[in-house]
Amino acid sequence: MNRRGVGYGLLLALLLVAPYAVYPVLVMKILCFALFACAFNLLIGYTGLLSFGHAVFLGTAGYVAGHSIKVWGFPPELGLIFAALTAAALGWVIGSLAIRRSGIYFAMITLALAQLMYFVFLQVPFTGGEDGLQGVPRGKLLGFIDLTDDLNLYYFVLAIFVFGFWLINRTIHSPFGQVLKAIRENEARAISLGYDVAKYKLLAFVLSAGLAGLAGATKTLVFRFATLTDAHWHTSGEVVLMTLLGGMGTVFGPVAGAATIVTLQNELADKVGSLVTVIMGAIFVFCVLVFRRGIVGELGALYKKMTGAR
Amino acid sequence: MSEIFGIPIQAFMGQLMLGLVNGSFYAMLSLGLAVIFGMLNIINFSHGALYMMGAFLAWMGLEYLGIGYWPALLLVPLVVGLFGIVVERSMLQWLYKLDHLYGLLLTFGLALMLEGLFTNIYGVSGQPYTIPEELSGAFNLGFMFLPKYRAWVIVASLGVCFATWFMIEKTRLGANLRAATENPQLTQAFGINVPLLVMLTYGFGAALAGFAGVLAAPVIQVSPLMGSHLIITVFAVVVIGGMGSILGSIITGLGLGVIEGLTRVFYPEASATVVFIIMAIVLMLRPAGLFGKEK
Repeated sequence: MNRRGVGYGLLLALLLVAPYAVYPVLVMKILCFALFACAFNLLIGYTGLLSFGHAVFLGTAGYVAGHSIKVWGFPPELGLIFAALTAAALGWVIGSLAIRRSGIYFAMITLALAQLMYFVFLQVPFTGGEDGLQGVPRGKLLGFIDLTDDLNLYYFVLAIFVFGFWLINRTIHSPFGQVLKAIRENEARAISLGYDVAKYKLLAFVLSAGLAGLAGATKTLVFRFATLTDAHWHTSGEVVLMTLLGGMGTVFGPVAGAATIVTLQNELADKVGSLVTVIMGAIFVFCVLVFRRGIVGELGALYKKMTGAR
Repeated sequence: MSEIFGIPIQAFMGQLMLGLVNGSFYAMLSLGLAVIFGMLNIINFSHGALYMMGAFLAWMGLEYLGIGYWPALLLVPLVVGLFGIVVERSMLQWLYKLDHLYGLLLTFGLALMLEGLFTNIYGVSGQPYTIPEELSGAFNLGFMFLPKYRAWVIVASLGVCFATWFMIEKTRLGANLRAATENPQLTQAFGINVPLLVMLTYGFGAALAGFAGVLAAPVIQVSPLMGSHLIITVFAVVVIGGMGSILGSIITGLGLGVIEGLTRVFYPEASATVVFIIMAIVLMLRPAGLFGKEK
């Protein structure tokens, strides 16, 4: 427990000073994707559900936040909350369909339903179709903090991330989270113990969708636009990769994975062009074949080995 | 009678045919997915990429080596099948003892690699592939013109689907295959080389996707993205039909193609989403799928 406390402290200290060393917008992008990946990890790592369409929540909330702030004139904090709630509601609809099947079918259903929403976004007028929703104002937080300043916005985004991260950890270590783990380990046993497994799965799905939505809405605020890319299945694959690379079922894994992938994409984008996709695919294959525990998982194993040997 | 529900019969029949053509591709691909899943317990995400690869190899063969359509129809599936065997031997075989999800993730990574590689070389715009001379033109059926190539696609894919069904259900090899699907350890104990069967199954599934790709090359623009557009729809088809039955896959594939075609006539806005909507309805009414068994 103490070790984890040190980890939290170090991460927070690092994030507090980060914008003075690195371009703040890049760190904000990492934070958004880290929250997205943590939300995804709540499902794959702690409930054993592989959602292959998680981008739909990121994308939907991005559009809802953008539209409500730009067109309806919502203040930013209200826009974010409204967008996260919308994503959670969508999560309830998609989740209640998807949990009717398990395992591999669950993955295919979430992917297909996400694709359905993608086509809807492509056609409905308010998303701006292929052009996306441009020019979303950042506005003033609570009416007096000017978010057009990158540093102000940074600390707001950091606060959102810390809140989301805390909520996920609180969930994992709560009795509810313990039941989720029991479902992951042995669903039949959990049912025989009298747990309403479907209800637990659905609740985890809704929570994950809502937090993924919060990440998407925040991302819109940072970049001032929402596009179809966020709802595309490529993005769903990316969040799987981040979590896999960082370490599924570990607390810090998704954060490490998101930081690695976003930085990598940022570095490579103008150097290798469309080969980025090939590299992402190769990392996928590499992780599945020989690196299944991910960065944090491997480090943890290494640490255990060293302290065990002593 | 020149109209059906206020739609000119020519347009109606045209979309119906197009629906059947798309349905043939859904049928072939979902059949391949089902065969692979039965044997390897892996959902082959790279199926769409293999289909794209098939179309590209046909196009490249004609462009660089002057290999025509008919030889390509035979050669390309062989090459794609061999590629599948290499993938199975070098990567997939290490995953059988793990959770099914890893197979999906690995083949997803492979799909990204293939798609990225072709995009990098050829860009995302489509390459045209001309219809072979023997199959260009159309039959005049009196009430409509039936393009010969479309008719050929439907006939060829039905033939291949039927041959697959026959091989699995009616031959010795197919009996071994079904036995190995049911209980690999026991089948192995009877002296049947199960790892070899597994390898051949994946190779066959890949070849089927490659064959579908060659068939598709003249009707669709050959583009690196053609596979991923299709594979997600095929996933929905598989969820609707269930993967338990071969004939079920074929019927579901064709049926959904037709429904999609008809939607394009009556309510074009929903033509991209209708398959997914049907999937949602099927999940509500019959979660195991139309031909699936409740487990």
